Amino acid sequence: MAFIRHPKDFFAGLIFVAFGLAAVIIGSNYSLGTAARMGPGYFPRILGILLLVLGVALSLRALKIKGEPLARWYWKPTLVVLGSVVAFGILVNYIGLAIATVGLVFGSSAASHEFRPKEALISGILLSALAVGVFIFGLNLQLPIWPWSN
Amino acid sequence: MDLFNHLALGFGVALTPVNLLYALIGALVGTLIGVLPGIGPVATIAMLLPTTYALQPVSALIMLAGIYYGAQYGGSTTSILLNMPGETSSAVTCLDGYQMARKGQAGAALAIAALGSFFAGCVATVFVATVAIPLSELALKFGPAEYCSLMILGLIGAVVLAHGSLLKAIAMVVLGLLLGLVGTDVNSGAARFAFGVPELIDGLGIVSVAMGLFGFAEILTNLESTEVRELITAKIGGLWLTKQQFKEAWPAVLRGTGIGSILGLLPGGGAMLASFGSYALEKKIAKDPSRFGKGAIQGVAGPESANNAGAQTSFIPLLTLGIPENAVMALMVGAMTIHNIQPGPQVMTSNPGLFWGLVVSMWVGNLMLVVLNLPLIGIWIKLLKVPYRVLYPAILLFCAIGVYSINNTSFDVAQTAVFGLLGLIFVKLECEPAPLLLGFVLGPMMEENLRRAMLLSRGDPTVFFTRPISLGMLIAAAALLLLIVAPNFRKKREEAFAEGET
Repeated sequence: MAFIRHPKDFFAGLIFVAFGLAAVIIGSNYSLGTAARMGPGYFPRILGILLLVLGVALSLRALKIKGEPLARWYWKPTLVVLGSVVAFGILVNYIGLAIATVGLVFGSSAASHEFRPKEALISGILLSALAVGVFIFGLNLQLPIWPWSN
Repeated sequence: MDLFNHLALGFGVALTPVNLLYALIGALVGTLIGVLPGIGPVATIAMLLPTTYALQPVSALIMLAGIYYGAQYGGSTTSILLNMPGETSSAVTCLDGYQMARKGQAGAALAIAALGSFFAGCVATVFVATVAIPLSELALKFGPAEYCSLMILGLIGAVVLAHGSLLKAIAMVVLGLLLGLVGTDVNSGAARFAFGVPELIDGLGIVSVAMGLFGFAEILTNLESTEVRELITAKIGGLWLTKQQFKEAWPAVLRGTGIGSILGLLPGGGAMLASFGSYALEKKIAKDPSRFGKGAIQGVAGPESANNAGAQTSFIPLLTLGIPENAVMALMVGAMTIHNIQPGPQVMTSNPGLFWGLVVSMWVGNLMLVVLNLPLIGIWIKLLKVPYRVLYPAILLFCAIGVYSINNTSFDVAQTAVFGLLGLIFVKLECEPAPLLLGFVLGPMMEENLRRAMLLSRGDPTVFFTRPISLGMLIAAAALLLLIVAPNFRKKREEAFAEGET
């Protein structure tokens, strides 16, 4: 793809095009109304078209001006960190805050290149006690502490 | 005098034990995250926003504001001792602050940073109090057309003063506006872009958006670097200034306060722009510019005063016009909405205790910071020894619990993760997230005012050009855009931002 001279701008442009198109297409289900009485579809359509134009301009310009290559993508930390967070969100109501916290801290620690399992486990347990103390006893958050407290 | 009565009212609110406590918490948390590199005020405020549900609105705002200006105090410590900005707004402090530390003058650098910040904080508080009344009176005269144009001006200003590609920044604003429209349309009741998901009918949560784009994306970026931090082990030295240092520093403090207060007012402004602007000014007017970068005390005194002044005056557009000018202020809009307060000129009249209490709390918070910070520096330094591998899981945990607790749903946590991923993609493609967050907050407001303006004009779009105030604002917005295309200004803008990145 040698014709793309500014890959960062080019792909950013594509993202904007995608969002713009989505806004226009999905937004076509909403009634437009008139300029004086705008329906729910009016403003989204303006913005969608604007975004589309901006995205196309950005991508086209990226074929002319030169820019740096794309930065490397590190999949491991991304997946590990976001995965542990999502898992925490799903599980916390079933397994309780205490265990979910240890899971999140230990799991997300594994994303670091200087991961130390023992340290992460200790830190998880300490944070678990802190989280239960602050959020459940302190701020009265409606969350189970243990799997059986529901 | 009226101002006097208002300040008295403010002191009455700010000095209640509860509000003093929350100002202290805010200031301490702010300093803490200011000291720690890798977590900024936007992510922190997003993290703590859910915990403010139970508080009185004024206490909540006092605490959140404290985080922002507290971060300016804390950020300087890391910059001076570690040659690494604790906050982006302290990036330029590294240049001369770290050099001073290497010469054994770390104590003097820390002292002038704290004292300059305090001085700037006092002046900025008075500045906010005096400018607020006339500005909000002006704002009360605004109709929907004026508001619409004002938002356009604000968003364009934010884009012009942000760094990076202009085209990308504008696209980010538009994307933000669109994301702000997700959920129920207030006029027709139609659910837009909700895909039948019940959680989306209320719209995307500002906490999820901000936490994902700023907090998660930042952690993910940090995890990629393998750099090892080095803490300067040299002695800090006496935490006081020599007469000579004092003589050199105070004019810079004055200039920094002035330029910071003004740059803080501009759309897109705030602490960061203020510190960059002040450093550029100090270097320009110095008799011997070559001393900069080698430990010139002016290079610490100016920017550190400026960022604190800018942090505070950036509240003015929010409190008087209801328009947030940077990402932190966008979150303050979120905090006010949680408590059913519509930001804008009417806050001052309908809720004077809240308004003046917040203004005065800034001064009180600054006083606490200067008293606490210098003696506590030892503790902050110890905190810097906590390795990042231990720190980031804790940050993630507080984010996850915070976002879960808003609606007690795992959907919000997943939504935050999606914005984290999107944020990382934006980092990789060099798209600044701040304009998106501004657009996100302003989206519904802009649609509402556009609708009303067009309804009143019976569908005639020239209304934006025939009303003088509206026309003036649109001309200003167009002028800003033209300005940035002009090669001279463009070069200056790039230079100003390049300073801190070297």
